[in-house]
Amino acid sequence: MVTVAAFGSLALAACLLAPLAGSTPIRLAVVFDRSIPFADNVDAQIFFVARLPRVLAAALVGSSLALAGVVFQALLRNPLASPDTLGVSAGAALGAVLAITFGADFSVFGVSAIPLATLAGSLGALAIVYGLAAARRRGASTMVLLLAGVTLTTLLGAITTFVRYLADFTETLQTVRWLMGSLDVGSYGPIVAALVPLILAGAGFATLPRVLDLLSIGSESAAARGVNVARAEKVALASASLATGAAVTLAGPLAFVGIIVPHLVRLLVGADHRLVLPAAALFGSAFLIACDLVARTAFAPAELPVGVVTAVIGGPVFLWLLFRRQ
Amino acid sequence: MAAAWLICALCVTTSSGLAGQAVAAQGGANPAAASAAIPRRIVSLIPATTEMLFTMGAGDRLAGIGSYDRFPPEVERLPRVGGLLDPSVERILSLRPDLVIVYDTQTELKGQLEGAGIPIFRYVHRGLPDITETMRALGNRIGAAAAADAAATRLEQALAAIGTRVAGRGRPQTLLVFGREPGTLRRIDASGGYGFLHDLLDVAGGTNVLADLKRQSVQLGSETILARAPEVIIELHYGASVRTDRLDAQRLVWNALSSVPAVRNRRVHLLVGDEFVVPGPRIVLAAERFAKVLHP
Repeated sequence: MVTVAAFGSLALAACLLAPLAGSTPIRLAVVFDRSIPFADNVDAQIFFVARLPRVLAAALVGSSLALAGVVFQALLRNPLASPDTLGVSAGAALGAVLAITFGADFSVFGVSAIPLATLAGSLGALAIVYGLAAARRRGASTMVLLLAGVTLTTLLGAITTFVRYLADFTETLQTVRWLMGSLDVGSYGPIVAALVPLILAGAGFATLPRVLDLLSIGSESAAARGVNVARAEKVALASASLATGAAVTLAGPLAFVGIIVPHLVRLLVGADHRLVLPAAALFGSAFLIACDLVARTAFAPAELPVGVVTAVIGGPVFLWLLFRRQ
Repeated sequence: MAAAWLICALCVTTSSGLAGQAVAAQGGANPAAASAAIPRRIVSLIPATTEMLFTMGAGDRLAGIGSYDRFPPEVERLPRVGGLLDPSVERILSLRPDLVIVYDTQTELKGQLEGAGIPIFRYVHRGLPDITETMRALGNRIGAAAAADAAATRLEQALAAIGTRVAGRGRPQTLLVFGREPGTLRRIDASGGYGFLHDLLDVAGGTNVLADLKRQSVQLGSETILARAPEVIIELHYGASVRTDRLDAQRLVWNALSSVPAVRNRRVHLLVGDEFVVPGPRIVLAAERFAKVLHP
């Protein structure tokens, strides 16, 4: 409990402090000064339009990817598993690249074409993986699922490359930008839209801590202790994939968070999923908020791709923890 | 279509060793062969040089063009041989060219053509002055020096005339955007204080609000736009997939940044055209269009 509270305060502190910092100095007194109309209040616009949506997006994306990483690693009993392993990110990337290449320009409930196509792509990949999992013969190892995921990722990646090959230079630039990942969501609309799949995923995650503890030992022993293994695996798969899809839709691919944060957290709190899941969610939030703060200030006024920062900060920290422990 | 300069720019900036060298590179790996004959079968991989050849009256000497050439309409009948990233040596050789105009960054292609004994003209591009310099160098190389010089001089005079016209009329702080995710203010790419778009803005009487960032392309967040408060925003749309019916909707997206003077004063201009991304003879048209929105 104390541990979770500590991670909670870290995430809360990140959420509260990050919007105060940026490439431009702003005065909080002006931000909340009601006597200045919002349309004329530059400080308030920087705070509410430029920074706050970003910080919220980073919080949601960071926790979703970290949670999905924990679940995939436990479910597939593989420390190298990540939210990308089963092809959901690859599906999302294909959706985005198709939308960019074919100039899709429409919106549904304020969500524009590229995020919609991204979500559709990730759900498509999820459906394929889910179908494979459901069709899996009883007792077949999760290795089959893992291999299927890797194959699907490669296949979707190849199709994405083909579509990019067909694209114009102008679209290529946009595609490259998308593939770099960015948390500058521009408004609250995409965040609200992402909440729908995230809440569904969260409901799934809430049922998982004990099940994951048992599953990570082995499906036979889990079954012997009364876990409906097939059902638990499907819930885990669906919620982790939904969370990944929502995160990629919001921010593009940010590979590093989903694989390293779960390990970092396990090094800090141990293997009990009742601790690991909430701690990973909270730490993932704080971590990505901090990385995005660096991304938007280090080379200000230009921006650094946040994916660069996650790897450059997270990699050495992780290696240090890993070797200190041994 | 032809935003080839973007990629070209990226490649050029990575090869900083070129920085001090003369801009319009001399053609010809094989100087003896190069000076011996006037090229009659030219392959141009670059939209800008293709347009230059037509301007200097040598369009009929083109035997092949790159994937992204769209202008002038005559190019449609010519065989295409790939682009910056995917040139087809086989197709180039099959056209039996006596001069191939390549990007200077196409190292592999240059090696292959040199190996086959085919003269090349290396294209390097950075800023506005390079355009006429390249035109003259290309004209010299193909034996059309007089026509090329005349065309280049016309171009310089036209740009100078625009500069004179807007002189003394105030230079609005301008943000020049050339890329953005449709329907949102995400993933914005704008011109920094370097490159031909920046130079054109300068000629047309605008001050680049990102002039202090000496790069062709700057990835921006909305915070920077709010903080820099441009008086005019020019957003370029180009390429085959432009949806002109959606331009009004695209303009409305900027309203999210209502404290920006350009938004408040309805000075967000969306301009459609390929002349903004081909650093060739049509830049005069691009400069005219900039001047028109900057100084209506």
